[in-house]
Amino acid sequence: MSLTRIYGLFLRHFYLITRSFPRVLDLVYWPTIQITLWGFISNFFATHTTYYNNAVGVILTCAILYDFLFRTSIGFNMLFLEEIWSRNFTNLFIAPMKIGEILTSLVITALIRSLIGLVPAILLTSPLFGISILDLGIFLFLLFLSLYIFGITLGILVSSGLLRFGPSFENIAWSTMFLLAPFGCIYYPIETLPEIFQKIAYFLPLVYIFEEARNILINQTVDIKNVYYAFMWNVFYFSLSIVLFYYSFNAAKNKGTLINMGE
Amino acid sequence: MKNLIEVKNIKKNYGKKEAVKGISFNVEEDEILGLLGPNGSGKTTTIGMLLGLLKPTSGQIFINNLKLEENRIKILEIINFISPYIELPKKLTVKQNLYVYSKLYKVQNIKERIEYLSEKLRIGELLESITGELSSGQKNRVSLAKALINEPKVLLLDEPTASLDPEVGDFVRSFLEDYKREKKISILLASHNMNEVTRLCKSVLMMKNGEIIDQGKPDNLIAKHGRANLEEVFLKLSRSKSEFN
Repeated sequence: MSLTRIYGLFLRHFYLITRSFPRVLDLVYWPTIQITLWGFISNFFATHTTYYNNAVGVILTCAILYDFLFRTSIGFNMLFLEEIWSRNFTNLFIAPMKIGEILTSLVITALIRSLIGLVPAILLTSPLFGISILDLGIFLFLLFLSLYIFGITLGILVSSGLLRFGPSFENIAWSTMFLLAPFGCIYYPIETLPEIFQKIAYFLPLVYIFEEARNILINQTVDIKNVYYAFMWNVFYFSLSIVLFYYSFNAAKNKGTLINMGE
Repeated sequence: MKNLIEVKNIKKNYGKKEAVKGISFNVEEDEILGLLGPNGSGKTTTIGMLLGLLKPTSGQIFINNLKLEENRIKILEIINFISPYIELPKKLTVKQNLYVYSKLYKVQNIKERIEYLSEKLRIGELLESITGELSSGQKNRVSLAKALINEPKVLLLDEPTASLDPEVGDFVRSFLEDYKREKKISILLASHNMNEVTRLCKSVLMMKNGEIIDQGKPDNLIAKHGRANLEEVFLKLSRSKSEFN
């Protein structure tokens, strides 16, 4: 692993962000809109249901957590797609970079992009709705970490598809999160899902993460099992995504996708 | 002279289609070898295999005496590539692009290297410009700077002067001649510009349908086929059916 190369690829995307105010605005704008919107919705529910009566910030907190996951995953895909759109893809893969260096650089860049959007959104929730996501305490960090790993995992899986199948896989990149959202039980308990969907949902770390967020906020207790299961599934899916990425890279070398990317 | 590129009987199949059918050639140090052939003859596939972007179905490639299959990263440190079909990130300035690629290639003395290439390729005034806003000729020289950022021993050029006006095209050719002479590098040049190939290349390979159908010095090929120039030789070989198969 070369830190110089990792830093080099990070710089390529960092320059892109700093050169374009609309890009920075885009990073900040959507999380802020999302949080504001869900803030008002959660206020409404808080005053009209008994379930959320004692925890005004539950939906809003879940919205922030989901948005972080969404931004991380989409952010990672965007970094990969940027290379395809700018026809720089081949340049990148003929540079002496190991796959591990490319992934590490994109993982770090995706985190920074997500934080650029997340921090203003979090800061807004307190003055606007009198809620602080920091109420989750030390477990907030663990939940964010879990979401970050899963977001990156989804990003790597989609990037593997782009490597293997080319730009035609782009549409999948945009729809992944929407496909998973219903199973993630982001805004409702898992019992809300039909039984068959519940069985699928238990194979996703999202369920445990959002269950635990609600558990802490509503019941004021911590169930460490949820955090543990989330991490276990994350380790499984993350390892799977890395294996798949290497497999796709080799498949692309056989198929010729690397040299024709962008067409 | 030492061979910097050694290609031994490489084949590339896409399913049942044979894109490259067992070709072998060498490129010596301080040599420019022309790779000619009609569209679909296997030139780009061959270059892709030399860059490690494509895995040969069989055969071996050695760059600077290192086997590509086992030393991909080491080889990529001493090789580079330019093609009109790939570009640098458009939104970054020229300087940022060169800086990023300096980092990716772990270039020492980045500032001096960029200054050297800026002067040689006359891009000093473009360094702060947005890459996507440059003209074709300017982009070409910037891409060439990127391709030389790591002081490659082996340079692969895929139509390096396509779509350039005669003045810029001539500048690029002169630059390549001088740079090759100065640094003793090996260049593999795929081009459809026969004047360019005649001027730059010590010898050429003619490819068709994934095979090398003829090879030799440009003058010798012209004499052998009884034609007035390399373009006529190219047309004769491209149109002939299996004359050399």
